[in-house]
Amino acid sequence: MKKQTYAELFEKTKQDNEGVFIPFLVAGDPNYETSLEIGKLLVDNGADALEIGFPFSDPVADGPSVQNADLRAFDSGMNVEKCFKYLEDLRAYTDKPFGLLLYYNLVYHYGIDEFYKRLSEIGVNAVLIADLPPEEAEDAMNTSKKYDIEEIFIVSQATNNDRLKHVTELVGGFVYVASVMGTTGARSSVETNTTELIKRVRKETDLPLCVGFGISRPKHVKEVLDSGADGAIVGSALINIIADNLDNKDVMYQEIIDYIKNMKEATRY
Amino acid sequence: MINDGKYGKYGGIFVPELLIPAVEELEEAFYKYKDDDKFNEDLDFYLKEFAGRPTGLYYAENLSQKYGCKIYLKREDMLHTGAHKINNAIGQGLLAKYMGKTKLIAETGAGQHGIATAVIGAKLGLDVKIFMGSKDVERQKLNVFRMELSGAEVIPVDMGSRTLKDSINEAFRYWISNLDTTHYLIGTTMGPHPYPEMVKHFHKPIGKEAREQILEKEGKLPDTVIACVGGGSNAMGIFSGFVDNEDVELIGVEAGGLGVDTNEHGATLTKGTDGILHGALSKVIQNYDGQIEETSSVSAGLDYPGVGPEHAYLESIGRTKYYAITDKEALEAFQILCETEGIIPALESSHAVAYAIKYAKMPENKGKTIIVNLSGRGDKDMFTVANELGVEV
Repeated sequence: MKKQTYAELFEKTKQDNEGVFIPFLVAGDPNYETSLEIGKLLVDNGADALEIGFPFSDPVADGPSVQNADLRAFDSGMNVEKCFKYLEDLRAYTDKPFGLLLYYNLVYHYGIDEFYKRLSEIGVNAVLIADLPPEEAEDAMNTSKKYDIEEIFIVSQATNNDRLKHVTELVGGFVYVASVMGTTGARSSVETNTTELIKRVRKETDLPLCVGFGISRPKHVKEVLDSGADGAIVGSALINIIADNLDNKDVMYQEIIDYIKNMKEATRY
Repeated sequence: MINDGKYGKYGGIFVPELLIPAVEELEEAFYKYKDDDKFNEDLDFYLKEFAGRPTGLYYAENLSQKYGCKIYLKREDMLHTGAHKINNAIGQGLLAKYMGKTKLIAETGAGQHGIATAVIGAKLGLDVKIFMGSKDVERQKLNVFRMELSGAEVIPVDMGSRTLKDSINEAFRYWISNLDTTHYLIGTTMGPHPYPEMVKHFHKPIGKEAREQILEKEGKLPDTVIACVGGGSNAMGIFSGFVDNEDVELIGVEAGGLGVDTNEHGATLTKGTDGILHGALSKVIQNYDGQIEETSSVSAGLDYPGVGPEHAYLESIGRTKYYAITDKEALEAFQILCETEGIIPALESSHAVAYAIKYAKMPENKGKTIIVNLSGRGDKDMFTVANELGVEV
């Protein structure tokens, strides 16, 4: 199957004079069919790429929104095999880039080589393993190279310049810039020192920078793009729309469409 | 980081990037102060005057005669707050103070580690927040009250299985958002480097004292050392005094729950497989997909689906052995120790006592000298035991 690379995506949005908008969702939240429909709505209404989470029993980097999304996915019977199937179904629908966001035990338990091989066959672009810092990433890095999957790492305000240099040398696709010191979750404002962080990361690398954690409103998207980032990632705010409308799918879908359109609109200069 | 925190292939630093600066800072401080004279002077003072070290090595004569071995009990149950947990809480509490932190957070299951953290926080003037699964909050009301009496705030965790594992997740999450002011005082030899090494370090007095005491009493090292293992801190503490002497058999005893062939147990080393949980590669209890499973034990302190990575390593090289004891066996041993020696052990420690009895009964072990680490006292378990025995209190 065909897939667009992140490099192609960022090149194209640059030419079009807009930023990249990437929503995050948990595969199978609130159930397989609805989640698949949501994935399709996202790419049809302004998502330039998708971050897709595999539910995990112990998501230490995630706040309550994603934790609850994981639980809903489990309750609906999601497992790793169904997550792969989900990716396959979505890949058949769109060639936009897919990044996975998950925890290392799922990869380790499946078998690192087998896992990346599977992702490569499906046509996943990139992987971000939330609890795998560069110190422990050698096996994963070697395997991702072997299967031509990009390995994404996070940097934050607490990442010092030496470490920034090191991380940006390893990273593929784009650098994930965590705008707040905390877990994932919607917040009312973007922290003021995010601008300074983006500038600091920019000094170290020419790779695209996408800002995530706490982004929930169009004005946040504008703020981070104005600060020099290339894209914005939104997870919990979208997941909250799902959580708030579990009883009414039509309302859920319409709210998602409206939200995504507004957020994408904010990336246009 | 200065070290990679690996024990063979086990251990490591499997944490979100946002926590890396925190574990780096902690590692640097730990290596700096663990050999610092002033720090060790303070540590020794608190261990002696506040906690009550050294603890005795008690010859359990009645028990020994009953089962035909020489059984010694290392009396960690005599310590302030009722268990070995206070050693580590003092060590890390002091370290936090030396690092200039003003707040402590900790996870707790049964509440013993929460209480130890609460009292050292009170003593050293540090704010304390304790994360505790909401199921455990209900089960351990008395311990919640104890923590609150020392000024700690107990935060019920309502996610997942609502027990120890989830309280650890929540403590990590809180820590990520509050790195500047806060030290996460992990209560056992698990977690990312430097925790397994550091927690063992602060429990080494158990092994050091036990070694000196047995040499004084018996003129030789013991044949066998037995300790219960949840996360593995009391075992790692006492094993550290004997691990270099290959002749001393080291045995860890896990929670067999309703039996290791059921799904209701916490026998991580006996039944678990390699996996990554809470910052380290170790043995974990997980399903076919790598999702961490819930565990079960009459003893809340052993009710955890992971185990310290050094235990996984020592087992992999054959230096230590691990066996499971069921809830029923632990309760029997609890009663036996009460009746023969007049000592009320914690249900965790009762697992070690139960295996010691089993071991002593084996013909090939007749006459051996055994040290059992009596890691805690049973006051906290009165309601559980009464309930199990069908007694109204």
